[in-house]
Amino acid sequence: MLNCQIYKELLISFMHMKLKALFVAILLMASCGKNKEKAQAEPSQSFESKKTAEASKIELEVYDFKGFKKFLSLKDDKVHVINFWATWCAPCVKELPYFEMLNKQYAVANVEVMLVSLDFPHLYEKKLKPFIKEKKLMSKVIALDDVDMNSWIPRVDSNWSGSIPATIIYNKDRSQFYEQSFTYEELENEVKKFLN
Amino acid sequence: MSLFLAIIFITAFTVGNGYKVGDVAEDFKLKNIDGKMVSLSDYQDAKGFIVTFTCNTCPYAVMYEDRIIALNNKYESKGYPVIAIMPNNVKVKPGDALPEMKKRAEEKDFTFPYLIDADQSVYPKFGATKTPHMFVLQKTDKGNVVKYIGAIDNNYKDATAVTTKYVENAVDALLKGESVKETETKAIGCSIKV
Repeated sequence: MLNCQIYKELLISFMHMKLKALFVAILLMASCGKNKEKAQAEPSQSFESKKTAEASKIELEVYDFKGFKKFLSLKDDKVHVINFWATWCAPCVKELPYFEMLNKQYAVANVEVMLVSLDFPHLYEKKLKPFIKEKKLMSKVIALDDVDMNSWIPRVDSNWSGSIPATIIYNKDRSQFYEQSFTYEELENEVKKFLN
Repeated sequence: MSLFLAIIFITAFTVGNGYKVGDVAEDFKLKNIDGKMVSLSDYQDAKGFIVTFTCNTCPYAVMYEDRIIALNNKYESKGYPVIAIMPNNVKVKPGDALPEMKKRAEEKDFTFPYLIDADQSVYPKFGATKTPHMFVLQKTDKGNVVKYIGAIDNNYKDATAVTTKYVENAVDALLKGESVKETETKAIGCSIKV
């Protein structure tokens, strides 16, 4: 910033001098503008870290498969919708609002959505928690962290190849697995089959 | 009624189709990042192939890049080269377009072909659903027989913490003339973008 002051003074002192020198001074001033932009970018970075700090207050339950598997067979009167997703998975993020809407609109019908994040553990603080906060997710979000995928993927469903998004809808009588993306209408239709 | 049955029949066959272990994989002709077309039949001296469906944009695929390079370094000279195929629709994932593939291959010094399944006709034949998705093929008199389908190893997070190297075990067994013990494994991956 001190340099900018000098350039300004140069510009004033060059006012009565040759046009060429004036141009040089103006060019230098222009680069000051760029520095200023850079300087302004800094506070927004600290705003980012503030956001991350706020998001870290979100409590995230993390399970290995042994701990998680109980959520796949709860014997209550609810229709459970378990969606496997991750912040890095674009089609998952696209369909999240539909699960959120379902959770809200069908709560009276005893439908409960659980969003099971398969995000990388080293990104829980930096990506997952800020995402949960920013999108104001109301459904229960938990994280599944178990590297031995070949042992647990077939236990979720024997047909699951391991691609996400993937969803399970179940009640105490039956269970259905879907390795696909949903529109809200499709999701609603599948859930309705469990309500009748 | 017969139409109804036909629909069920077709659905049953479109879900989970693609090669099974033991099937003969058809050859393909796909464009490499250098512009040349590559087929399995170009590899006259190969004993088989480590075919991987992978891409630039999937974090799982990226986490496995170094291990895919290591596979080629270890097995190309033994007759099992890596053939990488990018199956995504580049309109959905512009980061997987051919120039981007070329850039990534140069950054990481890929020592194997990185082909684009531009019309998305090859990955469905294999039944690949995600990236990364591995297929080990063995060259036989009847063609390239699928011997292994699945993951590279059992720890995506930490290569040093891996306890079972599925692909290496499969190729090692084939090189010794033995049968592959674990022929299919599952792993999380990014769905192939259509």
